[in-house]
Amino acid sequence: MEVLALLTDGMLVALQPLNLMMIVIGVSVGLLIGAMPGLGSVNGVAILLPVTFLVPPGAAIIFLAAIYYGAMYGGAISSVTLGIPGASTAVATTFDGRPLAIQGRASLALVTAALASFVGGTVANVLFTLFAPALASVALSFGPPEVFALMLLAFATFVGLGGDDIPKTVFSICFGLVLGSVGFDQISGAPRLILFEMNGFLQGIGFLVLAIGVYGIGEMLWTIEQSRGAVTKTTPKMTVKGMVSDAKDATKRGWKGTFVGSFLGFFVGVLPAAGATPGSLMSYGVTKMISRKPESFGTGNPDGVAAPEAANNSASTGSMLPMLTLGIPGSPTTAILLGGMVIWGLTPGPRLFVDEQEFVWGLIGSFYVSNAAAVLINLAFIPLFIWMLRMPFTVLAPVIFVLSIVGGYAATRDMFDIWLMVIFGIGAFFLRRFDYPLAPAVLAIVLGPIAEPTLRQSLLLSSGDPSIFFTRPVAGPITIIALILIFLPAIKLFRGKRKTASDVNSG
Amino acid sequence: MRNGEIITAGVLALFSLYLMWKSAELPIGYIAGQGPGGGAWPFWLAVMMLLSCVMIAWNWWRGVSPPSQSDAPVLDSYGWKMLALVGGGIIAFVGLVNVISMYGAIAVFLLYYLKYLGRHGWFLSLTLALVLPVAFFFFFEGAMRITMPTGLAFTDPVFNILYEIIY
Amino acid sequence: MLFSKRRFMGVLAASMVASAPGYAVADGWTPRKPIDFTIMAGPGGGADQIARFIQSVAEKKDLTNRPLVPNNKGGGSGAEALIHVSGANDPDHTILVTLNSFFTTPLRQENLGIDIQTFTPIAMMGVDPFVLWVHKDAGITTFEGYVEEVKSMNGEFVMGGTGQGQEDSIVIAYMSDAYDLDIKYIPYSGGGAVAKDLAGKQIMATVNNPAEAKGFYEAGDFVPLLAFSDERMPAYPDVPTLKEKGHDFSYYNQRAVVGAPGMSDEAAAYYQDVFTQIFESEEWQGYLDSESLSPLWMDASEQQDYWGLQVENHRKLLAALGE
Repeated sequence: MEVLALLTDGMLVALQPLNLMMIVIGVSVGLLIGAMPGLGSVNGVAILLPVTFLVPPGAAIIFLAAIYYGAMYGGAISSVTLGIPGASTAVATTFDGRPLAIQGRASLALVTAALASFVGGTVANVLFTLFAPALASVALSFGPPEVFALMLLAFATFVGLGGDDIPKTVFSICFGLVLGSVGFDQISGAPRLILFEMNGFLQGIGFLVLAIGVYGIGEMLWTIEQSRGAVTKTTPKMTVKGMVSDAKDATKRGWKGTFVGSFLGFFVGVLPAAGATPGSLMSYGVTKMISRKPESFGTGNPDGVAAPEAANNSASTGSMLPMLTLGIPGSPTTAILLGGMVIWGLTPGPRLFVDEQEFVWGLIGSFYVSNAAAVLINLAFIPLFIWMLRMPFTVLAPVIFVLSIVGGYAATRDMFDIWLMVIFGIGAFFLRRFDYPLAPAVLAIVLGPIAEPTLRQSLLLSSGDPSIFFTRPVAGPITIIALILIFLPAIKLFRGKRKTASDVNSG
Repeated sequence: MRNGEIITAGVLALFSLYLMWKSAELPIGYIAGQGPGGGAWPFWLAVMMLLSCVMIAWNWWRGVSPPSQSDAPVLDSYGWKMLALVGGGIIAFVGLVNVISMYGAIAVFLLYYLKYLGRHGWFLSLTLALVLPVAFFFFFEGAMRITMPTGLAFTDPVFNILYEIIY
Repeated sequence: MLFSKRRFMGVLAASMVASAPGYAVADGWTPRKPIDFTIMAGPGGGADQIARFIQSVAEKKDLTNRPLVPNNKGGGSGAEALIHVSGANDPDHTILVTLNSFFTTPLRQENLGIDIQTFTPIAMMGVDPFVLWVHKDAGITTFEGYVEEVKSMNGEFVMGGTGQGQEDSIVIAYMSDAYDLDIKYIPYSGGGAVAKDLAGKQIMATVNNPAEAKGFYEAGDFVPLLAFSDERMPAYPDVPTLKEKGHDFSYYNQRAVVGAPGMSDEAAAYYQDVFTQIFESEEWQGYLDSESLSPLWMDASEQQDYWGLQVENHRKLLAALGE
């Protein structure tokens, strides 16, 4: 119960006037940063550093937690309103969030995202409070074979996400995976696929370069072409009454996704190598699988917004766990936070949880408060974003292009990547014309760079024997489930085809 | 559309071949006791890309995929014009970044798009084209500490004054 | 309370120091633009942490009138950073935080056309030693015990590291050669991932900088067996060095700051002054101490000689690795 006392202390500290002010500022700033395509919570740390020297460290930590939560909520905003996933964790949010916005129901999507994020964050905080040390040992038991098995499972859950044209979907997945392997081979330490001998490829092709290219440029060109210059204006209305009914709607139609996302996201997020992106994807896939109307996913189903949003909030909180209990960063943001802790004079590592209880529980306490503040501030900001959507398309479009280029540069700091982004964008416009689904490529470029090294590390461990994925106690079951999920649609399809073929023959 | 479909598949197939050839710079086979070599992952995936292209071509030949049944042009004159004006605008925008700085390029692009493509009034166009870059400057350079390209040397005096303001 | 009083007072004192700006007094040249502070590694690793620590000290003491803007360019074992800095169009505002890939990457990828002697020496902030670690559950307590264990496993002994040609693999290669060991080496993306998999017993031993293993050492999970430093390390007085074992080999990761090629003398003088102040600061000295780095202060010409020496050493070591 000592833990509860410490936690309450932490929360009370967070509620002091100065700290509460830091939370409000932090969440608002975080929201803005998260909503910008290309910027995320990592960039929030840049703001944090100077602030650290102005206020007591306690307030600085609270400020950080607030930025972190704000940015997580903000990610959904650009996915829904602009159709550009601001971070890899928000890709799945576009699948259903964007269609809702196009149908003029952006507020429903945003409200669903906010509420699901809140539940996800809260569930994660509670799980964290109750089981942190136990979960840390689970995280440690995940070696390369387990992580690879998990990636296989993530792939399995999005096999069904492609379009109807199977060869084009397969092409898209493989294309994303190959792009993800450009630059450097981690295992042999050699440069790899330096296309056309251009040095710009040495750093690889980032997720954001492809995602902003495809969504921020390609998809926008597509929309402009389709609208034929007509001033298409969605006129979403925004009233308090409307928001309340949206909230009701969101609860009714998004609870399942929220539930799946909150728990699944947390467990995936806890594993240091995996992080929030596979967590949000798998939650989307699982929610779709257990849904009674899987075909409604991708056309604006609130469950499809709730699942990834609950999951990415939950996973981001979960990724704090290996950092606090083991001193291992689960994401770039936590890595920088870890650096910050060194600056504050703390030693990251397994002793932190024991030696620095005040710090750890203070941080977790401020997570609870920040999460609550974030949902309120986010809901208050929704009308602003809806208002933005009411701008004529001829104003919105150039602003989105500018945001894409500026955000892309902020993320990569390299003009080479910006040119690549433009090329991807124009390429995506044509591929889209010929019904190539591109979401699988965008997802594959995130998962590929996790999957390939862990596959090869595992095979190095087993001296080239692939049975390692089946014989290890944790990896085995995951691999088998993943393989079943991957081959199930193929079997179904095959049997379905045979059936229709025989129907044709008999008829 | 029908011609476009097979041309696209052909271009992608060529690109897959290039990726295969490029991957083969590293070992692509299974090294005994170590697992796949450094080029194996991209190579075999590129092979799958190529096979997918073959399948796409097969579907095209049989005429089962929607684009291969359509006689509509890939893009009509409006579409090509739109692509040239908007896509060309973006390319010019990115090209200008290294000449007149990121912020300058933003201003020019916004003015071009709003006034020329969007046919908005001078007031709105000029206001947005000036306010947005300035706001971005203070947001990125001041708050986020992210420096954007400043273009060629002749922009230096302007940026020196701006940096003096924010730091 | 969230914080102990002692730490709070410490921060208070530090913030009072910070209120007296200590601009470098190198008369004449001062930066006019934000300074591109390129880091030769991705976010989160040991090199990144050090760079951000340096940046925070500069910020806290208000040493530069324009901010140091961290810019992670870790691609291609630092090749990306070297290309970025050597091609910088404003060398007076571009500096680089280096590690040993500063020496090895131009050797391993000669087609990059990077000559490190063209870079401008600024400051050698310290050198980071390497230590051989095992998990406590392995039951190994001495280096001799380790050698015996590796030999008895006939090539099945698994070690993790940050990749072929990286610092730790050079150390492991030397050690394997000297003791005739057959080790299975698994490359990871960074020192943190290596430490995590040693803690989870996915791998059996690592060669790592103390900073990355310290948390687990203090928790009692990791056991240090051998240091690859010249002398015993103050933080690990009971750990023998490879030199004591009769092999004339020591290996450090350099933590140095260099300027872009073509930096003007005035700018170089300015940065040398700034980084001297950082080096002498209480914070940096405390960091060196707590993270077990050794100070190795050198002036500009000494640094260039040191680079030449290191390039020659690494050429031999990499040749021995078969690169």
